[in-house]
Amino acid sequence: MADKDMIVVDELVKRFPHKDKEGRDTEKTAVDGLSLSVRRGEVFGLLGPNGAGKTTTIRMMTMQTRPTEGRIFYDGRSTEHSPVDVKRLIGVVPQHVNFDQDLTVGENLELHARLFHMGKEERRERIAELLDFVGLADVVNDGVRRLSGGMKRRLLIVRALIHRPRILFLDEPTVALDPQVRRRIWDLIRQMAHGGVTVFLTTHYIEEAEALCQRVAILDRGRLVALDEPAKLCDRLGRFTVEWDERGERQCQFFAARHEADDFAASLDPEGGILIRPTNLEDVFIARTGRKGGL
Amino acid sequence: MLYDIWTVFWRDGIVLRRRLSRFILSRMVAPLLYLVAFGWGLGRSIQVDSGTYLDFLVPGILALNSMNISFNSITPVHAERIYHKSLEEYLLAPIRPDAFVIGKVLAAVLRGLISSTVIVVLAWLFGAHFTPGPLFLAVLTLNCVIFAEIGFLAAMKIDTYEAMSQVNTYILLPMSFLCGTFFSTAALPDAVAAFIDILPLTHTSYLLRGLGSGADVSMLSLLVLVVYAVGGFFWSRHAFRHLTD
Repeated sequence: MADKDMIVVDELVKRFPHKDKEGRDTEKTAVDGLSLSVRRGEVFGLLGPNGAGKTTTIRMMTMQTRPTEGRIFYDGRSTEHSPVDVKRLIGVVPQHVNFDQDLTVGENLELHARLFHMGKEERRERIAELLDFVGLADVVNDGVRRLSGGMKRRLLIVRALIHRPRILFLDEPTVALDPQVRRRIWDLIRQMAHGGVTVFLTTHYIEEAEALCQRVAILDRGRLVALDEPAKLCDRLGRFTVEWDERGERQCQFFAARHEADDFAASLDPEGGILIRPTNLEDVFIARTGRKGGL
Repeated sequence: MLYDIWTVFWRDGIVLRRRLSRFILSRMVAPLLYLVAFGWGLGRSIQVDSGTYLDFLVPGILALNSMNISFNSITPVHAERIYHKSLEEYLLAPIRPDAFVIGKVLAAVLRGLISSTVIVVLAWLFGAHFTPGPLFLAVLTLNCVIFAEIGFLAAMKIDTYEAMSQVNTYILLPMSFLCGTFFSTAALPDAVAAFIDILPLTHTSYLLRGLGSGADVSMLSLLVLVVYAVGGFFWSRHAFRHLTD
């Protein structure tokens, strides 16, 4: 384990009980031997199509689900042997809105602060500071049911930050949000990263990963299929992409150099137009997972 | 750990404070009906060895009501687990499972005792005679603890609303009527009485009735309740821990 590593995941496996087509009891592997490390202060993205195992991975990493096999370390501390210490280090923004529906915004945040043993004054100041930071100071006494989707998302982030975690997990932080709110949340994530928080996020929005992450891992059917900086993953596939239509389907071919892409494009006789462009993370994703759409 | 228990209890306290008047009013309906129907109405024509049927009835109503209230007070944990997912907040927090279980159970016990106080006042207004001493209060509390734990277990183990309501239908409702609450279990066939005597509510009914009238009570019944309460705690803690399996 290198000193610069904040999170180390070692051969993580999760199997769930499952019934096969004949109705026999069997097991389904959701995560299969996942190993990765996240550097201190890094924004790390876990990409994958629906059902790839992203949420299961994040649930294991945040100790909401016990791994079937494998180990997880935070700053050298194992989740198995020091769960309470590790929980103090991490903040979690879940994919779904999971506020206590019987409490107000302020009470939800206070409950969190109390669960992390923050003193009365510290709680009061921190809640006020964070609500102000995300522009939600006015709703502190409102019930959480009355908030809009975007406000709830921001509030989830606020709640996860109250106890000053050194690592923040965000599971699909901008799912189903409009572009303005999405950009605002991206800014929030960047500001946290600038403040020294290590960020681990899962997303199926490729542009989100490109906008935020220093490194990304791509998960498919529970297995790690790629891990590197987005630019390096694109370079490895080929820096230039030629796109064209053939038999009603969009085709892609990747090239290391622009002249190779130009030569190839000249040799085509497509039904529609030909596009030569820089390769992006979505190309890598599709090439690695073999799927289009639903990213 | 005490601070964590207090935090869990604090959350339920906020919700209770906000709904206290509604809670008390709603808790008066069923006991009032029991007292009117079985105390005034049917009860006038029934004589029991120990005195009036009303005096016999009140400890039974206290037992069944504290059972229902403490059980139902903790079942919102089921919605927190399955529907709102707000239970995740506690799973992510650096607290021990014991603290969560104890905090939730204590909050349900508080509701059970508030509701029991309402019944005691109503029963006195109806002219019932009984003396609730410290051991009476301890037995009532123990009964609340046991059924709060059973409610907690149901909330941890059951996955649908429908199945949760079946616990009420198939377990609590029969116990409400059969466990020495409205009549002595001696009136039941031997095999049924033997089964009923295993259940905790039966022992609560006997103990409350004995303690309320100043008669001797069975220490075995007290022991049975303690065993249920301790066993229920460990089972609840185990169930909460295994949510992460």
